Amino acid sequence: MSENTCEFFDSGHRACGGCGPALAAKLITRAAGEDTIIVASTGCMEVFSTPYPETAWKTPWIHSLFQNAAAVASGVEASIKRQGRSEKVVVIAGDGATFDIGILCISGMFERGHDVTYICYDNEAYMNTGIQRSGATPFDASTTTTPAGKLSTGNQRPKKDIPAILVAHGSPYVATTSVATPKDLMDKVKRAINTPGPCYIQVHAPCCTGWGFDGCKTMEMGKMALNSGLWVNYEIVDGELAKARKVKRVPVDDYLKAQKRFRHLFKPEPNSDEIAKIQAIADKNAEKYGIDIKPVK
Amino acid sequence: MLQITEGSHAVAEAVRLCRPQVVSAYPITPQTHIVERLAEMVADGDLDGEYICVESEFSALSSCLGASAAGSRVYSATTSQGLAFMAEVVFNVAGMRQPIIMTIANRAMGAPLNIWNDQQDSLFLRDSGWMQFYAEDAQEATDLHFIAYKVAEKHDILLPAFVCFDGFILSHTFEPVDIPTQEEIDAYLPAFNPLQRLDAKKPMSFGMYATPDYYQEFRYEINAAMVRAKKAIREAGGEFAEKFGRDYSGLVEGYRLEDADTAIVAMGSVCGTIKDAVDEMRDAGEKVGLLKIRCFRPFPADEVKEALRGVSNVAVLEKNINIGSRMLGAVGLEVKDAVYKSGTPVYSYVGGLGGRDIRKKDIKMITEWAKQGRNDCFFGLREELLE
Repeated sequence: MSENTCEFFDSGHRACGGCGPALAAKLITRAAGEDTIIVASTGCMEVFSTPYPETAWKTPWIHSLFQNAAAVASGVEASIKRQGRSEKVVVIAGDGATFDIGILCISGMFERGHDVTYICYDNEAYMNTGIQRSGATPFDASTTTTPAGKLSTGNQRPKKDIPAILVAHGSPYVATTSVATPKDLMDKVKRAINTPGPCYIQVHAPCCTGWGFDGCKTMEMGKMALNSGLWVNYEIVDGELAKARKVKRVPVDDYLKAQKRFRHLFKPEPNSDEIAKIQAIADKNAEKYGIDIKPVK
Repeated sequence: MLQITEGSHAVAEAVRLCRPQVVSAYPITPQTHIVERLAEMVADGDLDGEYICVESEFSALSSCLGASAAGSRVYSATTSQGLAFMAEVVFNVAGMRQPIIMTIANRAMGAPLNIWNDQQDSLFLRDSGWMQFYAEDAQEATDLHFIAYKVAEKHDILLPAFVCFDGFILSHTFEPVDIPTQEEIDAYLPAFNPLQRLDAKKPMSFGMYATPDYYQEFRYEINAAMVRAKKAIREAGGEFAEKFGRDYSGLVEGYRLEDADTAIVAMGSVCGTIKDAVDEMRDAGEKVGLLKIRCFRPFPADEVKEALRGVSNVAVLEKNINIGSRMLGAVGLEVKDAVYKSGTPVYSYVGGLGGRDIRKKDIKMITEWAKQGRNDCFFGLREELLE
């Protein structure tokens, strides 16, 4: 166990070097503090952090199944409320567990208004099972179930807008953030757990193995996503966009080129039609959230 | 004091007396009257607990798991399709050793869609690690909840339990039921004292993953706990008998089995009909008796063997079907295993599926079949509908 008492996610876990989700876990638990019960979904983070009989978690932690973290958290919250206890309940689940298989339980938890902060670490595919596409996988990313090929440029669907779905549930606080902006991440976690009711945070968590970049570039990858406009850090408070991180936006090309999952868009020669479609997604994000400091010339 | 009450309402009363801190359930016929009554109790302040109106059975049991792990006594109820929908969590709850009690208002499994009674639903989860109790009447369904909590929460057991009672036949029928007082139940069932719980003051990780180096021992341990549960059930049933005068100290119960040549084996409400049929057959000079199985998991093989010692043949009345197995029913398989060394023939006779009525003449017929050595088969089939 670490001597550092403000860290609640310990070293020695089995994540890849440069793992974005592991960094997310460290920052989330540091922000949430010791009076927190963590509820996990099955996924990379659960597997790399709790190989029996070892655990990286220094706060109470529970995992049941892939798709039920929100329901388990609902029960934990009801249980400790009945007992008059004060711990905060925080779900940490991957994008597959959140966007796809667990959305029924999440919808129920948000509709019922449990005092739980649900945090999705979004690495944009099923990484634990080997980089299969999820509802969070971005357009044109090559995954093992949406491989780029002679007839395909990878995943043909845009990323599902889960934050909007949870805003529609009446959540008082919905935010997106990135491991590349640690202070922003921690501030949002603190705000969410101190906001009564069900809150949602989606953390962009680059996966060096799944996206195909060197593990020393995780922070850089997160920043490039933000600077391209393909990822936006924003806050929606009581249904209204309250804040979005402004950037001097650059074309999406550099972000795409840096990752093997988009390599097919540049080899043998740049596929300008597809790159333009991705640029259009970034442009739409920029307009929707008003993030441009200066419009791209 | 005896009250004339619907079976579901008697069960709800029993649950209230057990003081669950969290109830989480999703409505499904024929379980609804239980959870509606519990909701009324919460609304009126008669049940001091959290009631979670979940969006599915899957979340019902998942939230029960979280609530139990956080240290509360919890309760749920379901049946059939709902039980199947929560099946993944059913295994998980047992594997995580959470002593959750869930009432099953037994109902057939679709397709075809059918809301009426048989016992296919709970029996398909026989290997999940939950204890399974089957009630003959509303009184037994009521009492089994007290016993189930008492056994489940023992620190050397820590297993969840189904309390099964036949949908509609028991859940929607009014019967006289002796409902204990709160003081009596408080004296029998102490407050939940979890061995471990999610607690920031003593952080622990629950539900970790286990590699091949560790997994098998967890499965060994849960089976060992199930074996230990037999004694715990006898003790809890015996203590209940001392306090309340109704004896559940046996996992099985014989009826006129002494000197019987033919034994009928069954679970649940049909045992009442069988007792009447046995009385009539005894009056006619036939040596017939009933062995009621109250606890299917853990399966009381020794008690079954002892109870059936000396009988010449056994007819197991099955409200389930082991599709594809040589032995037609799940109960028959267990009974046959229990008496295997004696060589006594055991037959599975399947009927009453999807709510089809079982009458005394059916009981007499399968008794005759067993005497004749007729192989496993269905009874009560409408031959004219078969191709």
